[in-house]
Amino acid sequence: MTSSQSPRRLVIRNLGVETTRHGVAVTLVDDVSLDVRAGETLALVGASGCGKSLTCAASLDAAPPGVRRTTGSIAIDGVEQAPADIRGRLVATILQNPRSAFNPVRTMRQHAMEGPAARGAPAASREQRVRAAMADAGLEDVDRILDLHPFEMSGGMLQRMMIALALASGAPFLFADEPTTDLDLIVQRDILNLLLRLTRRQGLGVLLVTHDMGVVAALADRVAVMDAGRIIETARVMDIFNRPTHPVTRNLLDAHLSLYPGRSAA
Amino acid sequence: MSLLAARGASRIYRNGPAGRGGATALDQVSLDIAPGECVALLGRSGCGKSTLARLLAGLERPDAGEVRFAGRSLSTFGRADWRAFRCAVQLVFQDPVSAVNPRETVGQIIAEPLRHLRGLTGVAATGQIQALLRAVDLPADAMGRLPQQLSGGQLQRVCIARALAAQPQLLILDEAVSNLDLHLQIQMLDLFARLKRDRDVSYLFITHDLRLAERFCDRVLVMCDGRLVEETRVGGAFALTSPEGRALQDAILPAMPFRRARAG
Ligand SMILES: Nc1ncnc2c1ncn2[C@@H]1O[C@H](COP(=O)(O)OP(=O)(O)OP(=O)(O)O)[C@@H](O)[C@H]1O
Ligand SMILES: Nc1ncnc2c1ncn2[C@@H]1O[C@H](COP(=O)(O)OP(=O)(O)OP(=O)(O)O)[C@@H](O)[C@H]1O
Ligand SMILES: [Mg+2]
Ligand SMILES: [Mg+2]
Repeated sequence: MTSSQSPRRLVIRNLGVETTRHGVAVTLVDDVSLDVRAGETLALVGASGCGKSLTCAASLDAAPPGVRRTTGSIAIDGVEQAPADIRGRLVATILQNPRSAFNPVRTMRQHAMEGPAARGAPAASREQRVRAAMADAGLEDVDRILDLHPFEMSGGMLQRMMIALALASGAPFLFADEPTTDLDLIVQRDILNLLLRLTRRQGLGVLLVTHDMGVVAALADRVAVMDAGRIIETARVMDIFNRPTHPVTRNLLDAHLSLYPGRSAA
Repeated sequence: MSLLAARGASRIYRNGPAGRGGATALDQVSLDIAPGECVALLGRSGCGKSTLARLLAGLERPDAGEVRFAGRSLSTFGRADWRAFRCAVQLVFQDPVSAVNPRETVGQIIAEPLRHLRGLTGVAATGQIQALLRAVDLPADAMGRLPQQLSGGQLQRVCIARALAAQPQLLILDEAVSNLDLHLQIQMLDLFARLKRDRDVSYLFITHDLRLAERFCDRVLVMCDGRLVEETRVGGAFALTSPEGRALQDAILPAMPFRRARAG
């Protein structure tokens, strides 16, 4: 992914997602456009239920049953792509609920060897890649963990394993949905530093969903704020923190700063 | 007197973490939670917090030591004791998706403890379900939805509502608010604080967020490699002193972004 022809830009355009409730169509994601650039992190923030996870999933045609994508396209470097083709290959994903992302009857080794991380690589180099990514993600006891089933692992261990599998895929883009919610602050800091390094040094392009404005401050270059299915403000991270324009953004920020006594909103 | 206590509780798993004298996930942990007390449990990922939560909730048995509820060891409990215990001590799991039956609606999920533990059915139950959904800021029409038709944070709130349905004396919250946005986190903590004040409800609040622990808890416990290594009273701001506690506190993220080098 460091080669000169590695993609520079992933654009989600005019994404619309709806469901049917009591026989009526309900819009869940409304005309959302996002621009994820190589070497940068775009944070997608907003209240619980506003449509962040559906945006990530539906743009890759991986929306859960019961919802449908009504509009929208995804393009890489200006060329429209079939979402299913790029999922896992050009776009790695980290899902919000790590435990449900793993098959309960398979060990971590089986996940490592059979997932998208494995595509196209011979077995030995696959395992090497996953081992290196596990160490990067802070999983030290690699031999033990590869033999474990999901139920034998803590929430944070599973989350780190999912991060490792995503990184081992070598995809140039990463959609990370709340990737550090189950992690202690020390591991969280390490993972955020790792993602920062991968964006800066290897040109990884990250779409980061998070509700923690501290995580946004630490990693994001740009921020898109979502409310009730729509993007209401997109700006550089400094501007979001220092000059928020939309009331929803200001609210997010005030709540965040209230956790840091002695600080008031800018 | 303590409501719930652990005395030298240990847990050993067949595939547990190596290099801790076998495969010890939990190593002789003792703690007391008093009525109306809120205790935070902090510690690195994999240190044994969820394991301790399962033992305290009676879902797994300690391999050594014991868990005591209102002065009696859980190992002496009969059927009626267990029923009373289930009513009194509720656990909200870290992962909401695997904590619910995917084929049951939200209404059915919350109705279960109402029926089994409080004997409520029919209109009385429906009224309670609606009140509980309101308390966790979910719309009444969420009742008919299946778990997979909810967002991550919405499902987590369903699990909180289900635990509250039992009207517990002690609520064990295993990262139960960590998937929520900050407004909701604060709203949930306010709700818990109200229950604490009005009904003397106690909490074991497992969290990675020291900022929330500071806001909500009376006492903080720090765990490391299966052992409790620090206990600190909280009165507003607090400073942890053990090396593990210090390391966690030092890793609190800064409030504001700083200028970073951009990609070239
Ligand atoms: N399969 C589904 N069928 C019907 N509605 C759904 C489905 N999945 C999600 N929704 C609804 O769509 C809206 C957006 O959900 P989404 O999961 O994208 O929220 P989110 O922003 O990720 O929230 P959270 O921060 O709580 O994870 C929510 O109101 C949710 O109830
Ligand atoms: N059923 C099991 N079989 C084998 N090992 C287990 C089992 N359950 C837990 N463990 C191990 O016990 C240790 C503690 O796990 P636990 O889930 O209690 O950690 P935790 O402190 O809750 O971590 P996190 O913050 O990541 O959720 C881990 O090393 C885990 O692999
Ligand atoms: Mg989500
Ligand atoms: Mg845990």
